Amino acid sequence: MSRVGESWGRYPGADQTVIALTDRHAELPAPTSSMLPYGNGRSYGDSCLNDGGALLHTRHMDRFIRFDAQSGVLECEAGVLFSEILDLVVPQGWFLPVTPGTKFVTVGGAIANDVHGKNHHKAGTFGCHVLEFELLRSDGSRRTCSLRQHPEWFAATIGGLGLTGVVTRATIQLRRVAGPWMSAEVYRFHNLPEFFRLSQESDRDYEYTVAWIDCASRGSALGRGIFTRANHAPSHPDSRPNAPSRRLRVPMTPPMSLINPLSLRAFNALYYHRQRESVSHVTMHYEPHFYPLDGIGDWNRIYGPRGFMQYQCVVPPGVSLDCMETLVKTIAASGEGSFLAVLKQFGDVASPGMLSFPRPGTTLALDFPNRGPATFALLDRLDDIVAAAGGAVYPAKDARMPAKYFKQYFPAWESFSHYIDPKFSSSFWRRVTE
Amino acid sequence: MQKVVIIGATSAIAEATARLYAARGAQLFLLARNEARLQDIAADLRVRGSQDVSFASLDVNDTERHAGIIEQIWSSLGRVDVLLVAHGTLPNQAQCEASVEVALKEFATNATSTIALLTTMAPRFEAQRAGVMGVISSVAGDRGRQSNYLYGAAKAAVTAFTSGLRQRMAKVGVNVLTIKPGFVDTPMTRDFKKGALWAKPDAIAKGIVRAADRGRNVIYLPWFWLPIMLIIQHIPEFVFKRIKI
Repeated sequence: MSRVGESWGRYPGADQTVIALTDRHAELPAPTSSMLPYGNGRSYGDSCLNDGGALLHTRHMDRFIRFDAQSGVLECEAGVLFSEILDLVVPQGWFLPVTPGTKFVTVGGAIANDVHGKNHHKAGTFGCHVLEFELLRSDGSRRTCSLRQHPEWFAATIGGLGLTGVVTRATIQLRRVAGPWMSAEVYRFHNLPEFFRLSQESDRDYEYTVAWIDCASRGSALGRGIFTRANHAPSHPDSRPNAPSRRLRVPMTPPMSLINPLSLRAFNALYYHRQRESVSHVTMHYEPHFYPLDGIGDWNRIYGPRGFMQYQCVVPPGVSLDCMETLVKTIAASGEGSFLAVLKQFGDVASPGMLSFPRPGTTLALDFPNRGPATFALLDRLDDIVAAAGGAVYPAKDARMPAKYFKQYFPAWESFSHYIDPKFSSSFWRRVTE
Repeated sequence: MQKVVIIGATSAIAEATARLYAARGAQLFLLARNEARLQDIAADLRVRGSQDVSFASLDVNDTERHAGIIEQIWSSLGRVDVLLVAHGTLPNQAQCEASVEVALKEFATNATSTIALLTTMAPRFEAQRAGVMGVISSVAGDRGRQSNYLYGAAKAAVTAFTSGLRQRMAKVGVNVLTIKPGFVDTPMTRDFKKGALWAKPDAIAKGIVRAADRGRNVIYLPWFWLPIMLIIQHIPEFVFKRIKI
């Protein structure tokens, strides 16, 4: 498990006091420094860090409050993990309305980052399914926020990076499922135009679509990848595989990153060729479908002591293809490569948060071992491409975007800043606004 | 359906254990001082699958109220399949050395109250001729150490008391389970530096439920505390006096 006070990318480091919150009815502590809520530490960069200040660890506010198995409305404390929700509701025929690629995020963290998933084109962000939540501020005030009650606080807090106060409890609307199985189709594609075609023809009939692309290949193999589209399976599909029970774990941090240009090319080529047919149909349990990496505990350690950097951007529909090609070419030419490059078409469901990241267009998520200046230089080049295209970069995954670009990507930042709790701050926020 | 009573139900280990019983659909009766927290926990356990959760506020040191509360438990549940006595504090040893009053109060909370509760409940279990009486003692009770011997003495009392009670109750088919956790990462131990020997409340809770299911007598949680304590118990006094643990 990650250490409290660390981010998932393990870069940058931060020195902070951790204060555990266990009682949602209690007032907030009053440290002399600034504070920031910290859930389960799955943000990659520094948006969950508060160097020199205090972290309010919300993970132990983990009680359910109410669950109506008829309507699928769940109320729980903000430290409850998505994994705990799934364990409770899947056997009763419900599923998370939206889930990111790990189930080890807290409800509070999912709200603060307005997370998205493979069904963005249908369901929008997680915030679209939050019916209400309670916001506790350092002045002791409590607001129940929803689209009707305190809508301005609702909009500021969803995607508000934990800066508006502590979310103590939330009510969410789950979605019906017949069982834990997914019915998926997996396609191999040879280039980016093929991805766009597949995605476009799938978005109407498939709730979940996502692609992996091989970022280590160049030339004619540039932009090749694997496209997956899936729906929740009917109650009794022909095959009903169990959730994988074996739990692997990376037991220690190796002295250097195991991800290097050689292992990257090998992995990417193997992954691309792992299925022999160009199309395959599979019925699988939801766990490997949604959370392939959750099966390997502490996988972030493979990047060694210097950690790694995620980079997730979105570019607008009109320029998607050109822009993605430029991005992939730039990465391939740099030789930095990315272990997991994920490509997805966002839909046009409006995100409810002032600072929400998802917006119509194509999103690309990458991770890079932190190899110092070369990695930073590459990410700066990617930023230039994204900014010129009118796109944006995801704060939850960022540890280095320049302030000028943050302000361009999120023009609402200034009006948002009025909602920040005067006692709250984060390493990220100071970096992109000061 | 199992009927489970938990005393000290707001403690981290107790709450984690209650969740496991709730997931099985058990009927629960919870006792602790703080009623507002009991209310939150009860709501959570209902969502997790408990058929029914009742709770009552009790200060374990208020021994005069024990008989009444215990009457209330049995009249509400009819019988008790699993009892878990989980209340306790972690006394500040320095304060216990400086004040007789503090020392005796801490001893009362961690030992006398448990003895009182078990004494009052034993006839009920004898009458129903079934059930598990689980009591959380501690590895600290295996040998007094300078860093926390007031706590150690109280837990030693609980360990010895439950050992005798186990012999008595075995005749009528009631199992007394002595639970000895090592270091557990809970609000009670918030200020300690955590190392490799520290366990999470969830892991301790699983061990408790498994031991209760299997009719175990004495368990160390996690298991590695058994050999550790075996060694600590056998260090000769002339050496023990000179080491710092």
